[in-house]
Amino acid sequence: MKFIKSILGWLDDRSGFSDVVMPMLRHVVPDSARWWYVFGSATLCAFAVQVISGIALATTYVPGGEAAYESLLYITNEAPLGNLLRGMHYYGATAMVVLAIIHMTQVFLHAAYKYPRELNWMSGVVLLFVVLGMSFTGQLLRWDANGVWSVTVAAEMAGRAPLVGPAIAHAILGGETVGGSTLTRFFAIHVFVLPGLIFAGIGLHLWLVLRHGISEMPKVTEPVDPATYKEEYEARLEKTGVPFWPIAAWRDTVFSVAVMALIVGCALFFGPPALGTSPDPSDINANPMPDWYFWWYFAILSMLPPQLETFVILGLPVVGLLGLIVVPMLSNKGDRAPSRRPWAVGTVVFGFTALVVLTIYGYKKPWSPDFGVKPLPASVIASSDPAVVHGAELVHQKGCMYCHEIDGFGGHRGPVLSDIGQRLTQPELIIRINNGGYNMPSFAASLTAAELADMVTFLETRNGAVVGKKTIASGNRVSK
Amino acid sequence: MCEKENENFQCGADRRSFLNRLSLGLAGLVGAAMALPPIAYVLSPLVGKPPRKWRDVGGLAEFPVGETKLVQFQDATSTAWAGDTAMTGAWLRRIGEDQFIAFSVNCRHLGCPVRWVNDAKLFMCPCHGGVYYEDGAVAAGPPPEALARYPVRVVDGKVEVETSPIPLTTNDLV
Repeated sequence: MKFIKSILGWLDDRSGFSDVVMPMLRHVVPDSARWWYVFGSATLCAFAVQVISGIALATTYVPGGEAAYESLLYITNEAPLGNLLRGMHYYGATAMVVLAIIHMTQVFLHAAYKYPRELNWMSGVVLLFVVLGMSFTGQLLRWDANGVWSVTVAAEMAGRAPLVGPAIAHAILGGETVGGSTLTRFFAIHVFVLPGLIFAGIGLHLWLVLRHGISEMPKVTEPVDPATYKEEYEARLEKTGVPFWPIAAWRDTVFSVAVMALIVGCALFFGPPALGTSPDPSDINANPMPDWYFWWYFAILSMLPPQLETFVILGLPVVGLLGLIVVPMLSNKGDRAPSRRPWAVGTVVFGFTALVVLTIYGYKKPWSPDFGVKPLPASVIASSDPAVVHGAELVHQKGCMYCHEIDGFGGHRGPVLSDIGQRLTQPELIIRINNGGYNMPSFAASLTAAELADMVTFLETRNGAVVGKKTIASGNRVSK
Repeated sequence: MCEKENENFQCGADRRSFLNRLSLGLAGLVGAAMALPPIAYVLSPLVGKPPRKWRDVGGLAEFPVGETKLVQFQDATSTAWAGDTAMTGAWLRRIGEDQFIAFSVNCRHLGCPVRWVNDAKLFMCPCHGGVYYEDGAVAAGPPPEALARYPVRVVDGKVEVETSPIPLTTNDLV
């Protein structure tokens, strides 16, 4: 025991641990820094999960061509604990994104970004965007059909940039097409470039926390005045401050344990995201979908008018980054209490509502044709007339139901046709089907006269009545 | 070298300034020597475009006139370890005895794979609902342009498609 103590003492003396690190751990923080302040350290904990599980996965993952897919199958189905590790890496990424956003929201609501912590905020914003970059590149390393097509979509988006767009797109792809060099690029970015930036960013972020101290809980009576803030902060710390370790840090450790339990629990009970089909760019049956943190962006892209699309695709990330970075420049003094900052509270409420609504919308993606739609059952057709029955078959066969819903069956891209017989007359139906219009293609070339007649006959029977299992909502009817 | 005692301070300052600039310059040189080759290496796919290649996608008899079929072939930039990822596809439509159109499978909106719905005679994109007619013209949805076409030819009864880059949507709107 004495021998070990002497070795530890020697290491401490030569490394300067007690002289340098312990004062940092024991630096005095406001005693009001309680449960609100645990999200930053929990984000760091999630990052540690990512680093450790990522290193373990990298010992087996083969970042190249179809071997990547095979190695993912091995990790998921055969390697001991491989399924758990993939799950931990996935839910760790989810935790990191969620906790970083919560941490940022807390800092924004409490105006902790004001003097003298402006650079803390700015470094945090950059870190958030790098974390999102990690999430995106990580999704692509799940190198299945979805991964291949997500790279293609990313290259297409970048390709819209003026002048340099094609060069950026080809740099992303590692050539003019998806191929052997594509995945290796994203692997290098995901495991070397972005983690390096995150390590550097965290180092700066923590250094700034030590330099300027942890902000206190905001009080209406304590607005920030840059001329006097530091003296007042030091004076308050002297009176009521507590050492970070262990008086304040125990909450961080307790919360980090909860986060770890959640990550491991989700990995055990839900498992990692399922792998799709193999990464074959000639497989056209893929339905590219980003991971959930980008569903809101996916939804925005679907709603944009074409003339705005390029500007939003290229501009939104830049505007988002710059918009968040300049927050402390817009106001770095004055009130910090949320009760005195209604615009800040409103921004958070509006932002989160929009995020949730768009995320749900992105998940449902009603703008996409539903290729898996089933034929209408007899209970919905509700007729034995051969023309009506044939018309119902045609509505499915010709792809109308990919976009239109009839009595609960079909896609959601176009208007519901459950009561179309009440809204359009026979000639109007014929014109609409033949000519298309309102973002609907013309079917004149793919329907014979007899088929058109049967289809119209069927559609005329759709009058919004109660049929089958569902009650048909009449919706916004237009009179004939 | 300083010749007089009272010139020592000025002389030392000049020396420090010189060494400061020398060290910064040399550090920059070392940095450039470290960074430039890797940057050029990473960007090398932007130069030296691979030669395009004609790929045999099947005999004439496999493609009835008026039909549209998916053909799969290897692209030109395949690397030894690419495996399945070296594959690419095209929708091949036979419009006459020796006439074909080869459409890119990439939607012109954001590059997702379009599907041919034979009964409707439409190409449809699963991502944002882009729809194209059988001649590739935009029928509905957000695509700003018609489907891209690949060069196609018939040689000795075999249909050949020329490998091409992934068509990037133009930035005309910017």
